[in-house]
Amino acid sequence: MSGLEDLYREIIIDHYRSPRNRGQLETPPAHRAEGFNPLCGDEVVIFIDVDDDGLVTDIKIDGQGCSISQSSASMMSAAVKGKSVDDAKALTSTFKSMMSVHSAEIGGDGSEADADAQAIDTELPLGDLEALRGVVKFPVRIKCATLSWNTLSQAFDELASSPDTE
Amino acid sequence: MSSLDVALIRQDFPILDQRQDGKKLVFLDSAASSQRPRQVLSAMDELYEHSYANVHRGVYQLAERATNGYEGARKKVADFIGAGSTNEVVFTKNATEAINLVAHSWGRPNLGPGDAIVLSMLEHHANIVPWQMLAVELGFEIRWIPVTDDGQLDLADLNTLLDGAKLLAVTSMSNVTGSITPVDLLVAAANNAGAKVLIDACQSVPHMATDVTAMGADFVAFSGHKMLGPSGIGVLWGREELLDSMPPFLGGGGMIINVTTEGFTADGLPGKFEAGTPPIAEAVGLGAAIDYLQTIGMDEIRRHEVELTAYALRTLDEELGSAVRVFGPSEPAARGGVLSFELADVHAHDVSQILDSEAVCIRPGHHCAKPLMKHFGVAATARASVYIYNDTDDIDALVAALKKARDFFAI
Repeated sequence: MSGLEDLYREIIIDHYRSPRNRGQLETPPAHRAEGFNPLCGDEVVIFIDVDDDGLVTDIKIDGQGCSISQSSASMMSAAVKGKSVDDAKALTSTFKSMMSVHSAEIGGDGSEADADAQAIDTELPLGDLEALRGVVKFPVRIKCATLSWNTLSQAFDELASSPDTE
Repeated sequence: MSSLDVALIRQDFPILDQRQDGKKLVFLDSAASSQRPRQVLSAMDELYEHSYANVHRGVYQLAERATNGYEGARKKVADFIGAGSTNEVVFTKNATEAINLVAHSWGRPNLGPGDAIVLSMLEHHANIVPWQMLAVELGFEIRWIPVTDDGQLDLADLNTLLDGAKLLAVTSMSNVTGSITPVDLLVAAANNAGAKVLIDACQSVPHMATDVTAMGADFVAFSGHKMLGPSGIGVLWGREELLDSMPPFLGGGGMIINVTTEGFTADGLPGKFEAGTPPIAEAVGLGAAIDYLQTIGMDEIRRHEVELTAYALRTLDEELGSAVRVFGPSEPAARGGVLSFELADVHAHDVSQILDSEAVCIRPGHHCAKPLMKHFGVAATARASVYIYNDTDDIDALVAALKKARDFFAI
């Protein structure tokens, strides 16, 4: 099975089998954002709590999807929990850059447009997320890996435009 | 066991004669789009190399040959589906455009607030979204024929649903479950209620004999690329007097008798609905595909696919047992050669990925039928579909690859 082991790394299967931060949070105070992959019908729902200091105090993931989208969401939740919104955004940039998505605007529209690539000067350590690097070899699956990250960006955008939902 | 000489047929399909990572390519995605034989490719090449010009306009011989090729294809389609006249055969870009044509040219003048149309939960988005778009604009109601647990139409309340409805738009064969719907019964009930009937026949026309006159519907839509023809061409068959009474769809050249600064006079059928330069080579290719299908015989094709579906259902059950959940009717004769399934808790996307590493092409996803997916309580299924060039070897390859997927994810 050529290349499959690059895609389905052990840690990915582990996050798929035992997803971290699975569940829901009460809204409000939490904010709820949902993202779809129209290609395959996958759906990710993010519940996120951001405190007054701009810290992600809690995050839960709901929805359904393939091993790549679910493990990516699980790793994302573990990576951003406890981080500042700014750091979470920087991590999103770093992750999407690894996924070969060079988008200056990592907006909530889920667009993977190759807009003028913004140099990522704040390279953050990706940790477990490095395991998803192999996805790049399977271009169709990149959208699976980025779904939860796009949804996270969308959640931040929505929070920024309507702080009252806090 | 097969009704068809598949080995001989496969010689006509150059694309199937290739290996992927050293493995024989197993193509099981014809429900999305079929492959095409050399005969179709040569007919299109022949047109482009010797007989191409725009149709209906030039007086030179080349243009006349192109027009004859295009109109000859219309005649082939008409004969193939039992149309009363070539005036009833409208070439479109695809089946989606054919349905949008009906929504626009029949729906717009005939539907409004207080009206209702009936769709089914088996429908492809192509037979849902055009109606939803129009409903937003015109304010009519959309009612839904429910589906049973085994993916067949639940007709218990059909007459109630049709009461006062102006249109029934329904598939003849589900692209997800392969369920064949009782078109005769549906048409009779709709006629009784005074509703027009549109049949989305994309999945049935390529796989079984079709007689639109006997069917009794008002509109039938299907696409060329699912029946060995090229992409870029679809067909709308419509009852002549009905098509005649409808306003044009797209405006432009080719669909008029006269244009002045004050306005235009629309052409007669079928030109009225074919604005702009039509898909000329695509029509010729579709005509060649019909010739090819008729040489094999639609009844033989249907028999072959029922046998192959029965073999697949049996083999999946024997080899994978409860690890595989097949959606749709369990009786092979009640379905087309389309198998949607779940492999234990492995997501369809992952199943498809592992199968690709074994050179087995199937389709994961919602198959443009999200309401049906919701009914089954799944986000996606894996779908394998067969055609004339598939045989039991392909099914065996599918089952072997599914076992690998099962073992890979260690169920």
